[in-house]
Amino acid sequence: MFMNTRSNFDESLKELKSMQLKMAGEAETAIKNAMLALLNQDIELAHSVINGDNVIDDLEYEIHEKALMLIARQSPVAKDLRRLHVALRVSSEVERLGDIAVNIAKSAVHIGNEKHVKELIDIPHMMEIALEMLTDAITAFYSEDSAMAQKCAEKDDQVDKMFGELVQELLTYIPQNPDFTNQIIQLAFVCRFIERMADHSTNIAENVVYLETGKRYNLNA
Amino acid sequence: MAIQTLTRDIFDVKDLNLWYGDHHALKGINFPIQKKEVTAMIGPSGCGKSTFLKTLNLMNKMIPSVKITGEVNFDGQNILNPKTDLVELRKHVGMVFQKGNPFPQSIFDNVAYGPRIHGIKKKKHLDEIVTKALMDVALWDEVKDRLSAPALGLSGGQQQRLCIARALATKPDVLLMDEPTSALDPISTLKIEELIFELKEKYTIVIVTHNMQQAARVSDKTAFFLMGELIECDDTAKIFSMPKDSRTEDYITGRFG
Repeated sequence: MFMNTRSNFDESLKELKSMQLKMAGEAETAIKNAMLALLNQDIELAHSVINGDNVIDDLEYEIHEKALMLIARQSPVAKDLRRLHVALRVSSEVERLGDIAVNIAKSAVHIGNEKHVKELIDIPHMMEIALEMLTDAITAFYSEDSAMAQKCAEKDDQVDKMFGELVQELLTYIPQNPDFTNQIIQLAFVCRFIERMADHSTNIAENVVYLETGKRYNLNA
Repeated sequence: MAIQTLTRDIFDVKDLNLWYGDHHALKGINFPIQKKEVTAMIGPSGCGKSTFLKTLNLMNKMIPSVKITGEVNFDGQNILNPKTDLVELRKHVGMVFQKGNPFPQSIFDNVAYGPRIHGIKKKKHLDEIVTKALMDVALWDEVKDRLSAPALGLSGGQQQRLCIARALATKPDVLLMDEPTSALDPISTLKIEELIFELKEKYTIVIVTHNMQQAARVSDKTAFFLMGELIECDDTAKIFSMPKDSRTEDYITGRFG
């Protein structure tokens, strides 16, 4: 065997993967910026996150086009086929992450410059864990490491638990601070967005496991 | 007849009709073929795709009952003109067939055959041509230590690559391939496909294939023939995702043909 028989296809798969990593990087940056906008009450930054989401949407479209074209033209089977299936699914998960960044940024806009009802400590902490999960999921995806993917999912329970506790706590503030009702509701929404973000990371991790093993796991369970 | 035109079309076929006796095998074909692209022709048996391919270097002109009308312009000259020098034409438009058909000679002599016919005698020059042609088809590493061994001792896939090297040795502009992998195993097939992908840097390739996935993998343009008509020709990506004609869609999705 002196020649690679699928170098053209392999090259396209590499390009597809780098598009996916670019998309994941864009979504991660958008989420971080949305959180910064919320914490620092930086309305301009929040608007730039909202207006920048089309970049992520366009990347999803390009990835879908490329993956479908490779399915149509390269007759993929076995892991190659799973890889393209996963590319379609993961890019949709990442697109949702972009939407979550927009949602957090919109909450930042709704709260505006109103003084925070209390110092935000637990929400950024919850976000830190969710971001760790996202980084782990993307790294697992990049290195096709299903062990790492499973590990990422373990943190999801922690995020779910924090979500429940934080929302409960936020609701107790409303009777004492009725003027801050809108802000408190927005912060509860943000908790929900972060919880969803962790779920999407888990979904990405599930796809990595599927890519490697051909089996479906529900890591959210 | 060196390639000089600046247009991207190396062939421009206009209103081509061909009859085998009473049988009207090609019906009013209009088909430009672009330089340094791979054009694949697909369609059910008897649709005229191989006939069309053979018309591009007038392989079917020798059949007495064949009648051809219209124009087949190659580099701006209509090759259907009776004055066309067939030997010269075929130097520019080489052909590779279904099954590797090496001459019962050494590997070296097979590749050197064309250049020798065209008057090249110096050993050093022939060595250069043979080495380059064998490298171009990714066969060099496999045969460099046994160039004087009989070509018929090579595997089927190697024989086919040798025949491509033999066609390349006369420095053609166009390579016609008539189902070049239909007699090969899957890995040898993929090797030829990789080769086609690399060769299009330097050559224009027109390939007839029964294997639609092959057309999808290797070609830039795909033409669909049906009952002697060219139904549709477009970018391969378009043909295999959104063909314009429902007959094309029915064929590529395996609904008929």
